[in-house]
Amino acid sequence: MIKLNLPFTEEKIRSLMVGDAVEITGVLFTGRDAVHKHLHEGGKLPFGVSLRDGIIYHCGPVVLKDERGEWKVTAAGPTTSIREEPYQWQIIRDFGVRGVIGKGGMAERTLAACKEYGCVYFHAVGGAAQVLAECIKKVRDVYFLKEFGSPEAIWEFEVEAFPAVVTMDAQGHSLHKEVFAASQAELAKHL
Amino acid sequence: MMNALYDALLELVRRTSAEIPDDVQQALVQALENEKKGTIAESALQIIERNIELAKRKSQPICQDTGSILFYVDGPVGLDQAAFEETARAAVRDATKKGYLRQNSVDPITGVNDGTNVGPGSPTVHFHQHRSPEVQVRLILKGGGCENVGAQYSLPNETLKANRDLDGCRKVILDAVLQAQGKGCGPGILGVCIGGDRATSYEFSKRQFLRLLSDSNPQTELGRLEEAILRTSNELGIGPMGFGGKTTLLGVKIGFANRLPASFFVSVSYMCWAFRRQGIALHADGQIEKWLY
Repeated sequence: MIKLNLPFTEEKIRSLMVGDAVEITGVLFTGRDAVHKHLHEGGKLPFGVSLRDGIIYHCGPVVLKDERGEWKVTAAGPTTSIREEPYQWQIIRDFGVRGVIGKGGMAERTLAACKEYGCVYFHAVGGAAQVLAECIKKVRDVYFLKEFGSPEAIWEFEVEAFPAVVTMDAQGHSLHKEVFAASQAELAKHL
Repeated sequence: MMNALYDALLELVRRTSAEIPDDVQQALVQALENEKKGTIAESALQIIERNIELAKRKSQPICQDTGSILFYVDGPVGLDQAAFEETARAAVRDATKKGYLRQNSVDPITGVNDGTNVGPGSPTVHFHQHRSPEVQVRLILKGGGCENVGAQYSLPNETLKANRDLDGCRKVILDAVLQAQGKGCGPGILGVCIGGDRATSYEFSKRQFLRLLSDSNPQTELGRLEEAILRTSNELGIGPMGFGGKTTLLGVKIGFANRLPASFFVSVSYMCWAFRRQGIALHADGQIEKWLY
């Protein structure tokens, strides 16, 4: 288990390898379909949001306001990342992202961007909304709530020991590519 | 009846969102036992187990994507369907306020999410009349990640060398498993319909999720096909979350609908491990008589 603290250095990120289990602590931001499209089309990040040396988490959480008017995350697992494949490389390049958290993995353009700019893909367990919500210690802020709705907004979370596995590293390796090729070869024997 | 029905439906939504049915939990426990120790596949299944326990204890959603809301209602002739739908909408609206459901329903034209989960097609209610006085309500919450990896094939399919027979069906279903990999949050469960038109085929494929994981299709050739697909899928090495490993699928359920001579559709719906399905039988006054899963 490798403990990682945000913000990340390029060196640290480049030292991670496919298969590494990590626990992430620090401040990160969520962003999914609407945010990626917005940034791809030249939109700006709201004031107060910086992805530099940080993480973008593909997540649309369930967040309620408690009786004191404070946000409380009640479910917050990853969403499927491949939908951001057309945009992710550009966001890694333009905003200095060092880590993407999601599920299901991503494809060639993102893998190439990870290698070129020094970024990795952290796979969280899809559907594990409660285990992952427990790692979110505080909601610091929310942006684009009105424009994009709650699941698509940018949420700023303080996380502690958030568990994930590196499945795409900055050396050009992808667990998803490997498993797909091996399973495809195995399936061919059954057809 | 309506106040009691409202309470019953609200509780049905809460429990469906927060508690995994017994048959699915058993299959997941089995999968964890079978997985190779010390692998990331094993650790993913351990996190899944812990998540199931936490969600139940805290009465919070197992997965933050609380999904499409699909009601299946069996009731007697004379059941007031319009009143039922109104009550179901009210229960969904309030379940969303309470956080049992995420604000999960978006107008595709304007992009507006009004935060209620009520709108065209949400919730969806399928009614079926029967001759007995009993009312049964089943609910499936199906998340978008697994919905997106569903697939519909039209046979023959030359690329997959799939002809219009059961072996052709087997080939395209296995292709769907390969393509889904980790994207649909495996280990998954397949609901398949052979035949039908494009819409009924998908609709029948989802209805298969109402079956227990442990059952087998009583039609021998379909039962055998279910078993064969399950066995082969678990030999592919895709594993939980697509991390590699032994359990790619927890179950395969196949049904059929008659087709036109010109069409031969095979529709595959994929359900994630967070298989949220529950059901209730109701007393005449609308209160819950018993749970169905």
